[in-house]
Amino acid sequence: MAHHFTAYEVEELLPELKASLGLRRFIDEEGNEVQKVPLGPEPLMRMYITMVRARILDEWLLRLQRVGKVALHAPNVGQEAAAAGSAMALREEDWLFPSYRELAAYIARGMNEEEILDRAMANIDDPLRGSEFVVYGHRKYNIVPAPVPVGSQVPLAVGAAMAAKILGHSVVTMAIFGDGATSRADFHAGLNFAGVFRAPVVFVIQNNAWAISMPSRRQTAAKTFALKGVAYGVPGVRVDGNDVIAVYTTASEAVERARAGEGPTLLEAVTYRLGPHTTADDPDRYRPREEAKAMEKFDPIRRLGKYLKARGIISEKEEREIWSEWGERIERIVKRCYEKPPLPPSVVLENVYSEPTWNLEEQMRELEESLEVMKELGIGVE
Amino acid sequence: MPVTNMVQALNSALREEMRRDKRVVVLGEDVGKRGGVFLVTEGLIDEFGPERVIDTPLTEAGIVGVAIGMALYGLKPVAEIQFIDFIYEAFDQIATNLSKIRRRSGGMFSAPVVIRGPCCGGVKGGMFHSQSNEAYFVHTAGLKVVMPSRPYDAKGLLKASIRGEDPVIFLEPKVLYRAIKEEVPEEDYVVPIGEARVVQEGSDVTIVTWGAMVYKALEVSKIARSRHGWEAEVIDLRTLFPFDKDAIIRSLEKTGRLVIVHEAPKTLGLGAEIAAYVAENAIELLKAPVARVTGFDAPFPLAHEKLYMPNEARIYMALSRVMSY
Ligand SMILES: Cc1ncc(C[n+]2csc(CCOP(=O)(O)OP(=O)(O)O)c2C)c(N)n1
Ligand SMILES: [Mg+2]
Repeated sequence: MAHHFTAYEVEELLPELKASLGLRRFIDEEGNEVQKVPLGPEPLMRMYITMVRARILDEWLLRLQRVGKVALHAPNVGQEAAAAGSAMALREEDWLFPSYRELAAYIARGMNEEEILDRAMANIDDPLRGSEFVVYGHRKYNIVPAPVPVGSQVPLAVGAAMAAKILGHSVVTMAIFGDGATSRADFHAGLNFAGVFRAPVVFVIQNNAWAISMPSRRQTAAKTFALKGVAYGVPGVRVDGNDVIAVYTTASEAVERARAGEGPTLLEAVTYRLGPHTTADDPDRYRPREEAKAMEKFDPIRRLGKYLKARGIISEKEEREIWSEWGERIERIVKRCYEKPPLPPSVVLENVYSEPTWNLEEQMRELEESLEVMKELGIGVE
Repeated sequence: MPVTNMVQALNSALREEMRRDKRVVVLGEDVGKRGGVFLVTEGLIDEFGPERVIDTPLTEAGIVGVAIGMALYGLKPVAEIQFIDFIYEAFDQIATNLSKIRRRSGGMFSAPVVIRGPCCGGVKGGMFHSQSNEAYFVHTAGLKVVMPSRPYDAKGLLKASIRGEDPVIFLEPKVLYRAIKEEVPEEDYVVPIGEARVVQEGSDVTIVTWGAMVYKALEVSKIARSRHGWEAEVIDLRTLFPFDKDAIIRSLEKTGRLVIVHEAPKTLGLGAEIAAYVAENAIELLKAPVARVTGFDAPFPLAHEKLYMPNEARIYMALSRVMSY
């Protein structure tokens, strides 16, 4: 017999629907408190500095890409709150499965500028050994490097969460990805598993209004992305993604829910991509300049800065000092990383298997011989 | 004749086919206003509108699956995969439906979809903007596979692919998109699927290759001529399946030596099939073992792609090996 849902059962879903259709926020774009902020100065300052560091680094990565020192960069500019706020909700032992646009999230997990820049420049100290551009990750910080095909990390985060649960670890995983990625099959598979197995995982959709040239309404006919959780039995919550306090508070609740065995949450952070999709993109082809210009007033860093000043946590002068101190510090790191030598040629055959197979050994010899022949023929390695 | 690059040649092939046949539609990520990330579909939406130039949600399985449905119903979809490295989500649709619907419907249904997209390396694109994955498709019965190396062929082969009755995987070496310019006729023509092109005649050794490697082979043949007086015949396969076996055999009758160059990894790359074909059918023509120069059996790297891909040195090493056997 088919089950008819009772009015009570339908009623039960309403708060979930409301959360997935709302827009949770604590401070508005002028930094005014619109809802009591449940945080003291320490976490607020940590958020602020994390976002400042990401912004400064972002500008460097753009510059380094232009001079050919970095292959590709996907700016995080304007989305720092969504990235930092969600990653900061994790504990050290938790795992992060980011996408390629989350500078502030790596910093929030403890990755430092030098590790990020070594990676971006694919130099001798690159932790990912020159395997790919635009993605970051590190075992030390439980950050699994993103796959460039968007969204394919979603089920991985679910699997890792299920594994933690099976092994009895109190560990939560988090996947961060874009609005575009929600169209992929992997997103749906991941959410479905998470719901069915009540996996301790938090999904963060960075809805930045664009997927290259596609506005987010081209990805879904649903009213919001958070609503997608409902059909999978995964509560969805929509937050102002440029309000780092809202992102952090909501992500923290989701992480604690997961840790308490109450299952997954889908968080939609509504934000905006202020820059180009990547350094290879030209947004003038599809997006009016005025649109991005008008969105600058929602800048998450400025917003938190205003709030901090209004609450008397920092002064105007201290704010300036934070920027200049980090600016100088990061410039020194950039210079150091810039001078580091490239990776050796043998990296192209590394890490294919746990031990090289016979064909790779043969090919290593071919590679070595080719380096000699290149010299003989006068061909450069780069 | 206008001088065009490969992007423009592909664009005019699409435009002309869409004008010629109302059933031709284009779909993919960012193919509308953005014109595709390489501008292959630039301006098509202005002429044909959003019903025939369809900006899709971000899912390759969706793009290909929907294209198959459209083709079953009678359209002629050209599906763009933004980079061919992203096709794997659609692999289920390709292996399950696209390649097999003719067979599994007793010939009553067919899905003449063209799936096109930029492939191959040489642009510092890292692991997922550089792959040469043609072998998966060659290995899948029911698909034709094409890779042009110059604007003229790109246009003629794309037209032939759209007009054909079979699904085609159409691979465009992105490093050549703007690198090669040549005269391309404005009047209608096709380059038939299944015919290789002898790019350079020679009597000592045959180099069978495709895509951007055609130009590497030509460069090395110059080095070989000036250093040793060896004359290499260079064959651009153009169609990877069904490949032009006769053109290869004809050339071997002259040269008796075979070097195969492809960017894709070595193990079970198309070079293996060509070498096996020659071994089974024409081993008596060979004066030396076949040599392959390929991408290594490792994921495409960001660092040192020039060392990973077949380069002049490695092709030269192979030529020397077969010539001095
Ligand atoms: C599977 C796949 N298809 C296509 C691409 C090419 N591509 C790179 S990013 C992107 C848009 C992604 O949009 P979204 O998920 O919203 O993330 P955002 O870039 O906005 O952060 C596309 C189409 C890709 N990386 N992966
Ligand atoms: Mg987006």
